[in-house]
Amino acid sequence: MAVTKLFGAPIKRREDPRLITGRGNFTDHIRLPGTLVMAIKRSPHAHARIVRIDTSKARVMRGVVAVYTGQDLIDKLAPVPCAWLVPDSDLKVPTYRAVAVDKVRYVGDAVAVVVAEDRYVAQDALEAIEVEYEPLPAVVDQEKALEAGAPQLYEEVPNNLAFHWKLHSGDFDAAWKEAEVRLSRRLINHRLIPTAMEPRGALAAYNPGTGELTIWCTSQNPHIHRLLLSAVTGLPETRIRVIATDVGGGFGSKIPMYAGEMIAAALSRDLGRPIKWIETRQENYVATIHGRDHVQYVDIAAQRDGTITGVRVRAYANLGAYLSTAAPGIPTWLFGLMLQGPYAIPVIHCDVFGVLTNTTPTDAYRGAGRPEATYLLERMVDLLARELRMDPVEIRRKNFIPKDRFPYTAPSGLVYDSGDYEATLNRALELVDYDNLRHQQAELRQQGRYIGIGFSTYVEVCGLAPSQAAGAMGFQGGLWESAIVRVHPTGKVTVFTGSNPHGQGEETTFAQLVADELGVPFEDVEVIHGDTEMVPFGMGTYGSRSTAVGGAALVAACRKVKEKAQRIAAHLLEVAPEDVVFENGRFFVKGAPDRGMTIQEVALQAYLAWKLPRDIEPGLEATHFWDPTNNTFPFGCHICVVEVDPETGKVTFLQYVAVDDVGNVINPMIVDGQVHGGIAQGLAQAVYEYAAYDANGQLLSASLMDYAIPKASMLPSFSVDRTVTPTPVNPMGVKGAGETGTIASTPAVVNAVIDALAPFGIEHIDIPLTPERIWRAVLERSR
Amino acid sequence: MYPSAFTYYRAGSVQEALKLLMENPDAKLLAGGHSLIPAMKLRLASPPALIDISRVPELAGIRDRGDRIVIGATTRYDDIQRSELVRQVLPILPEAIEVIGDLQVRNMGTIGGALAHADPAADLPAVVLALGAELTAFGPDGERTIPADQFFVDLFTTALQPNEILTEISFPKPPAHTGMSYQKFANPASGYAVVGAAAVVTLGDDGKVAAVRVGVTGAGPYAVRRQNVEQALTGQEPTAAAIEAASQLASEGMTFNSDIFASDEYRAHLTRVFVKRALTAAIERARG
Ligand SMILES: Cc1cc2nc3c(=O)[nH]c(=O)nc-3n(C[C@H](O)[C@H](O)[C@H](O)COP(=O)(O)OP(=O)(O)OC[C@H]3O[C@@H](n4cnc5c(N)ncnc54)[C@H](O)[C@@H]3O)c2cc1C
Repeated sequence: MAVTKLFGAPIKRREDPRLITGRGNFTDHIRLPGTLVMAIKRSPHAHARIVRIDTSKARVMRGVVAVYTGQDLIDKLAPVPCAWLVPDSDLKVPTYRAVAVDKVRYVGDAVAVVVAEDRYVAQDALEAIEVEYEPLPAVVDQEKALEAGAPQLYEEVPNNLAFHWKLHSGDFDAAWKEAEVRLSRRLINHRLIPTAMEPRGALAAYNPGTGELTIWCTSQNPHIHRLLLSAVTGLPETRIRVIATDVGGGFGSKIPMYAGEMIAAALSRDLGRPIKWIETRQENYVATIHGRDHVQYVDIAAQRDGTITGVRVRAYANLGAYLSTAAPGIPTWLFGLMLQGPYAIPVIHCDVFGVLTNTTPTDAYRGAGRPEATYLLERMVDLLARELRMDPVEIRRKNFIPKDRFPYTAPSGLVYDSGDYEATLNRALELVDYDNLRHQQAELRQQGRYIGIGFSTYVEVCGLAPSQAAGAMGFQGGLWESAIVRVHPTGKVTVFTGSNPHGQGEETTFAQLVADELGVPFEDVEVIHGDTEMVPFGMGTYGSRSTAVGGAALVAACRKVKEKAQRIAAHLLEVAPEDVVFENGRFFVKGAPDRGMTIQEVALQAYLAWKLPRDIEPGLEATHFWDPTNNTFPFGCHICVVEVDPETGKVTFLQYVAVDDVGNVINPMIVDGQVHGGIAQGLAQAVYEYAAYDANGQLLSASLMDYAIPKASMLPSFSVDRTVTPTPVNPMGVKGAGETGTIASTPAVVNAVIDALAPFGIEHIDIPLTPERIWRAVLERSR
Repeated sequence: MYPSAFTYYRAGSVQEALKLLMENPDAKLLAGGHSLIPAMKLRLASPPALIDISRVPELAGIRDRGDRIVIGATTRYDDIQRSELVRQVLPILPEAIEVIGDLQVRNMGTIGGALAHADPAADLPAVVLALGAELTAFGPDGERTIPADQFFVDLFTTALQPNEILTEISFPKPPAHTGMSYQKFANPASGYAVVGAAAVVTLGDDGKVAAVRVGVTGAGPYAVRRQNVEQALTGQEPTAAAIEAASQLASEGMTFNSDIFASDEYRAHLTRVFVKRALTAAIERARG
């Protein structure tokens, strides 16, 4: 292996200069001559029958080119696809029309589409379209949706139940019967709105001459979008090019195939002109997926010494009005498989009911299923500690999977790759000076000040793979990743990755990896992603998989390149390949270091091919499709310290410590950034962000005026540290680092707030912990 | 995000602005644009014409007029916040402006725009009530003065007529031993006031409360003075107990807004708490 120079270096992100000076190349920046603008008219009703649509006034407006209703599109577009067909769950996938026909099922459902010369005219035309609705009763709550007599969204989905998924491992009834302590709770994991800075959009350009469709769009996974666009438009995959180089954040919300992008593609083909569609922020709030939204009934069986002997969960997942692309997989596999967390709990019993309601569809949002599992477990562990009068630290220690038991086969069937959970806990305790902090807490309570200390010890599953597992889970795709490493005649290197980073910084970390592997300067490595015409089929960026899977693919391709280069060098140096050593970008004869040549010199010879033997092909590049043997399992301990003002219910953050273990770290600055951003989002779920619907299905938090994305001033300063337990799953020993912050932080904050309120006898408040909820809880106990 | 079409006029003088306003009855005056333009982008407002008054020279500026400080209607937040005169004499203005929106908002937003718009959650309405300001309006019949107490009439509604222009806001200089404070509970999403309380307290030589004015915003449909609190405290020794007792009255006789973030009951509670906090800080400063 080459001497490591860049692995572990906190190099500044090379994508940042262009992004922070406004030179990014986002979908809306692309201009093509003759482009028309598309706008979508959306339903103001959560549930209604469409009686009549009158587009006549809109059609005759100056600048309006065409108006389409759902009926007009039936022959032009297949329904929006669902691609995670969870087996053994009696899954029903109702028809999801890009533009509604007959019936609308949520506020934001598309009812008509305008194509116009400019966006202002399009907006005027939307207002000129008259739609007559016959409103129907709506249901937004997943438990109510299952009740007898609830409004039915689909004839083909009785009781609005899309699936019932089960994971029963071990005998929970026995565990429950034998338990010394039994704890039961109903927990809410409320709905969130991903709110990427760049809303979704597409510029679709169909060339009637060649029959080719090029579509720039906000995608986390361009090849998957190409495949699905091919399926819904009927154009062969080879005639579609998807480009998504700069994407302004996704958090999962840019994985699915959506109506908007599909319609733009179909209409460009219909009209033979480029069509641009860019969401407004208001549209983004109703028409891009939401996340989370569980009601969970949890039972914990334990012994008096704190040992947890079983967990039973009955979860009701709100899927919204239609099944989004990956929706069925999120509250099932990505949730249920992680219910034992970092603990040696032997029995897991989980039932998940996926329910359709008159709300925006839900799908993967950063953490996707794992935050719901982690919050549940970490909250229950704290409640159990309270019940047993144990310190929250001690109960966690008691239950941790010991470090000598890895690889650990969890009752859910997952095999945890590597771990040392206590190490992260110990380091975090040291950083907050735990004993001292507890003293301070006691003193301040005397003065009527309420400080709380909250823990979250977690493990998560990421680096989503392998393909066999994907197949067993009903995911309609593989979970490998592709890479091409191309060394040019000058020795400069272009690498093509099937990952599609959109904020995660892999243009930098991948260049670090490749530069190290090939012994070339960092500056000489160019990373290409996000264009299906340039990159081999790739699975994309989500599930904290790009570095662990995509990075591994690159390293494997580099090793193929090196192997070939070594053979060429050996030939030119007139020795056997095994007598050639590669170090720091240079091949030389074993024992004779001055007889050698650089990889750049080898590359030139590879392309000149004047002196190559017949059995070596000219050129120097390699392709690798990497399918790992397992996922990776990052873990850690987060500790949050808050002060609660019982008079107003306001929470102030005093400290936040995160000690994560993501295996080896390629670029600590980038990992810190990922952790910071993740904590911000998870912490926001605890105290700020929530999607609120009224009983009629109107989204009340439908703008940034009502949906509280935290500003820097609303967050504490994070102290981030790490332990390093490499994974054996990939050659770099790296685990995913994109979601740990979000997964870990919500319960840390909630546990801190509840700890602060302990003197009031408060055991639990459902999230979000808004000031009013906290104030009410205090008021109730003080009465 | 895409307003409907409108005509844009730029007025060079107050006279011209008024003339344009008379000729275009449904037109809107444009000052800092930071309430009006967002409303137009969402098509909550679709005025056929805008009359930009932000560059009328006589409408902007801060003037010392002996016993009063007069601030022109189109004076930007940021200019008020930086004014040494205002900082010394009316420190509650910069204190409140500090917590309005962000830097861009404060660079563009104007005091007149904020008051004329009368957003129920805006900050400055509480402050002008507590300071006992007078507002000058210019219309077809000339100029008239409206006391702050009579200015806020309802949700987004003021005593201004549709064809009147707010030209300036005049503040009496407070006597010695006056302290003032604005305390805000901000909505975490919008940053606007869930409840904002402004208190201006003058202490007599005996240390008792000689005069007090309290304004509350955010809580109800429009900003209001809390005379019941003022009366309870006037003439009293300003002890913590007296402040607490007076503040308990702050929510009486008010109507409260209710939204997803704060119910009416909670707003009533916050009104009492923030009036108490504003009074406490103001009295501390008056003693200072
Ligand atoms: C992101 C953001 C955050 C904000 N946060 C806050 C906050 O925390 N607290 C707060 O108080 N405000 C906040 N605001 C609102 C801001 O203070 C506005 O600038 C202010 O309310 C309106 O002032 P303007 O000069 O921008 O008025 P404009 O938007 O130009 O006008 C507002 C209305 O007043 C009328 N008008 C303006 N000037 C006059 C005049 N001289 N005579 C008669 N009518 C007139 C206009 O016709 C219009 O109807 C925020 C705004 C934004 C965009």
